[in-house]
Amino acid sequence: METFNVFEKLLGQNILSALISVLLPLVFLIIYALIAILGELKISAWIQERLGPMRTGPYGILQPLAEVIKLIQKEDIVPAGANRLLFNLAPYVIFAGSFAGFAVIPFTAAFVPAEINIGLFYVFAVGAFAVIGIVMGGWASNNKYSLLGAMRSASQMISYEIPGALVILSAAVLANSLDMQKITALQDGGFWNWFLFGGPGGWSKIWILPFTLLLSLIYMITSLAETNRTPFDIPEGESELVAGYHTEYSGMKFAMFFFAEYSNMFIVAAILTVVFLGGWTSPFGSFMSGYWWGIFWFILKAMFIVFIQIWLRWTLPRVRVDQLMYLGWKILLPFALVCFVVISLYRIIY
Amino acid sequence: MTTTKFVDIDFSRIESDRMRLNVGPQHPSTHGVLRLEVELDGEVVTNVIPHIGYLHRCFEKIAENMNYQQVIPYVDRMDYISSMNNELPYVMAVEKLMGIKVPEKVEYIRVIMAELNRIANHQIAVATFGLDAGAFTPFLYLFRDREYILWIFEKATGGRLLFNYFWVGGLANDVYPTFKEDVLNIVKQVRKTNKEIEELLIYNKIFIDRTANVGVLPADVAINYGCSGPVLRGSGVPFDLRKAEPYSIYDRFDFEIPVGKGEVGTVGDCWDRNIVRMREMEQSCRIIEQAIAQMPDSGDVQSAIPKKVRPPKGEVYFRCENPKGELGFYVISDGKDKPYRVKGRAPSFVNLSVLPEISRGYLFADLIVILGSIDIVLGEVDR
Repeated sequence: METFNVFEKLLGQNILSALISVLLPLVFLIIYALIAILGELKISAWIQERLGPMRTGPYGILQPLAEVIKLIQKEDIVPAGANRLLFNLAPYVIFAGSFAGFAVIPFTAAFVPAEINIGLFYVFAVGAFAVIGIVMGGWASNNKYSLLGAMRSASQMISYEIPGALVILSAAVLANSLDMQKITALQDGGFWNWFLFGGPGGWSKIWILPFTLLLSLIYMITSLAETNRTPFDIPEGESELVAGYHTEYSGMKFAMFFFAEYSNMFIVAAILTVVFLGGWTSPFGSFMSGYWWGIFWFILKAMFIVFIQIWLRWTLPRVRVDQLMYLGWKILLPFALVCFVVISLYRIIY
Repeated sequence: MTTTKFVDIDFSRIESDRMRLNVGPQHPSTHGVLRLEVELDGEVVTNVIPHIGYLHRCFEKIAENMNYQQVIPYVDRMDYISSMNNELPYVMAVEKLMGIKVPEKVEYIRVIMAELNRIANHQIAVATFGLDAGAFTPFLYLFRDREYILWIFEKATGGRLLFNYFWVGGLANDVYPTFKEDVLNIVKQVRKTNKEIEELLIYNKIFIDRTANVGVLPADVAINYGCSGPVLRGSGVPFDLRKAEPYSIYDRFDFEIPVGKGEVGTVGDCWDRNIVRMREMEQSCRIIEQAIAQMPDSGDVQSAIPKKVRPPKGEVYFRCENPKGELGFYVISDGKDKPYRVKGRAPSFVNLSVLPEISRGYLFADLIVILGSIDIVLGEVDR
């Protein structure tokens, strides 16, 4: 399948097609967030032998909507002594950071909002943007718990971003590209062509198979840290820091933090899907493949990763802040480095 | 990872800016209305000052104005998680003062109820300890099981938390007909869930990393501070009043005293205190099974209840092994129907006093875990 932007092809390169390209991911994000919140409520309930929400609509499926309405109605409180400008800006900075990542997510062969050839690099760069919002919000709240959460977040970011970046670098070496559409297209033709299983190529890829498996595991772990979710929800560790950097936020501003978290979950799941799970390609060769099926496969794979994130959250305890750094610097980084070297050698030889 | 303390420095000699953080009384993991004044250097705890008294209800003063029987509901409200265990030392103190010998059946029902309540208490302790470490799901599994125990209490006594079931000389009422089967089913269920919890939480790598080698309480410090219960036994001291000076009919049962052995870390760390609670649940199950087998079917549970509770002049101190430690009541009688003085020796209060000693030098996240491992109930700390 060739890759192109379907709206630009239909409407030409004008303001209308650009607007649609921006709005479509936003609409998707809102719908996805509602589904993911419901998923979180229901999956956690099933794991814990509860029913979860049952009153709002059949089987409680309207619960996320009810929560959004509740949050809109809530009073918007700015604590005394807070830096108003930064306090009000922080939720939107975080959300902007995570939404900007959607610009390069290839939903199908026929549609990616912005087709730039360094997509992977870009999505990593804007992903790091969120920590600015967290530090802003934590500092501006005039609350010691928020400040502690923000400090933890800043120190946490460095320790997981570096192994994460090395994983992406290895994948880029393997694919010979940073363009997310190109990386996806390379893995077309069946699940054995996924980078999870060494990528396309002959039997020689058996040499790097264990390393790509390891890389995807490392990325999975770092992505959990990136989204601030258990076992790495240290910046907002409920039992210690009440709610961490968003302790003082209420109403819609809190909803923005919430929204950004779920959007972030999808972004990291999408990166994992594109880089290791073949993005929009069908896992069974030409079976069920096409532009429309591409959307189906992409969202299915990404939602599966989101499901794993939810699953882990309700299973594992939280690690301590120094243990995360230990994990990042002393375990993940050396392993990622080894994988990177091996994959680079493989690229040179074959 | 095998770090003992995060930073092992004498903080009194270092000049640096400290942050004073007020934890509680409204905080998710202070287990009630405890307020901790924490001095932090970055994230490292340099000092902790517990402030108590937010739940002070003048138990001892009220007791002076009540009949001996009327004190029992107040005793319930001290450690409201294990009320049966609170009633036991009080009624036994008054019985000792009056020289009452209670019927055999009453003794057995008391022991079964006290051990069931011990299990319920330890379930909460382990559950909230997991919650402090960030694990939410085991918390709900344990609470589900505790609910089954509360159902038995509700059927037998009418109350879920505060029973007023042990009376001076007997019980409020006899147990219901299917009591024995219900209790044996509970024992089965508790064992099943505990196995699950061990796999899910106790031997989880993250959980071990969080709790092993954290908050190490050496045996001599524990003894000097007067700690008791799982806090003391976690430090490797096999002291349990049920064995050391058997009261009621505990000398008839075969059970062991689990102690902390430092399986995954140092003796006396948070993991050890927690595993002692897990193993005590198993021992309580054993006691309950034996008691159910030995319990006489017939007998009047109210035959020894005196018409008037008016102990002769004198004083008595009676202590029992509460789930949280040694709970003692010192009762002085001046010959009237109201006690001259009732003093409670609350294990939570004594155990809490060791918190500053064992939490200096650890991270703030560890402080929460250490507090959780001590397992306090503020109703008992403040009384």
